[in-house]
Amino acid sequence: MIYLTRRADFSASHYYHNPAFSPEENQRVFGKCCNLNGHGHNYTLEVTVKGEVDATTGFVVDLKDLKLLIEREVTDAMDHRHLNKEVPEFQSQNPTTENLAIVIWNRIHPKLKVAKLHRVRVYESEDLYADFYGEA
Amino acid sequence: MKAYITRRYVFPASHRLHTAALTEAENYELYGKCNHPHGHGHNYGLYVTVSGQVDPATGMVCNLTDIDAFVQREVLDAFDHQNLNELDAFHEKVPTTENLCLEIEGILRRGFTAARVEEVRIQETRKNSFATVAPGAGARRELS
Repeated sequence: MIYLTRRADFSASHYYHNPAFSPEENQRVFGKCCNLNGHGHNYTLEVTVKGEVDATTGFVVDLKDLKLLIEREVTDAMDHRHLNKEVPEFQSQNPTTENLAIVIWNRIHPKLKVAKLHRVRVYESEDLYADFYGEA
Repeated sequence: MKAYITRRYVFPASHRLHTAALTEAENYELYGKCNHPHGHGHNYGLYVTVSGQVDPATGMVCNLTDIDAFVQREVLDAFDHQNLNELDAFHEKVPTTENLCLEIEGILRRGFTAARVEEVRIQETRKNSFATVAPGAGARRELS
């Protein structure tokens, strides 16, 4: 079994807000992240797949295909975008690092035909990252 | 949905690896340059991983301000810019990074309740890192 990780970067803006909370509650829970003008991050995404090595090609997965899948499902949708306003999944939930990992998993998982998706890791900064392993 | 959040903290500290159970010569043979008499230092990179269900109201496993405040108060205030050998925690233990890992893990497991403590990892240098892992880590431990 080989684990293969592909990295991609994207820059995006976001804010955290729950319309069911009062303004005071939003401030208390989300702090400076609840500024409705938004703020930004340089995100780093690591997509890890696992599988056996194909005897003919020597691949676990064709990296060209994995790269295109990530571009279509993640970079094209999120790079240089406002996550709250331009990514449909974040119209009803906060674009936290955790939710980004889950959303990206849900976008990639059904379209990955060769190899198995093992982990999606999203770095919001060098000091913070979230992992999702597809667990309920 | 269950997710894992890892937070990094960096704290410089010094230590010397030496044990009274061995002779001076045995200490130097065992610990090498880590036994130099005046100690040495590291910028320790502390990575704390917690897990839990993502709260649909907030999108968070736990609030980062809670984990930051706990780590600042219970870990960084104690170890940052300190000589580990002079601390009570290492009065009878060699302040190897293994022992530092276990000490910090113990602090978190006893006192941090906002999420499940999964792993404490310390990057001592670019080449060495040490980690403790929660029991039952399962599939996650296949790759970290």
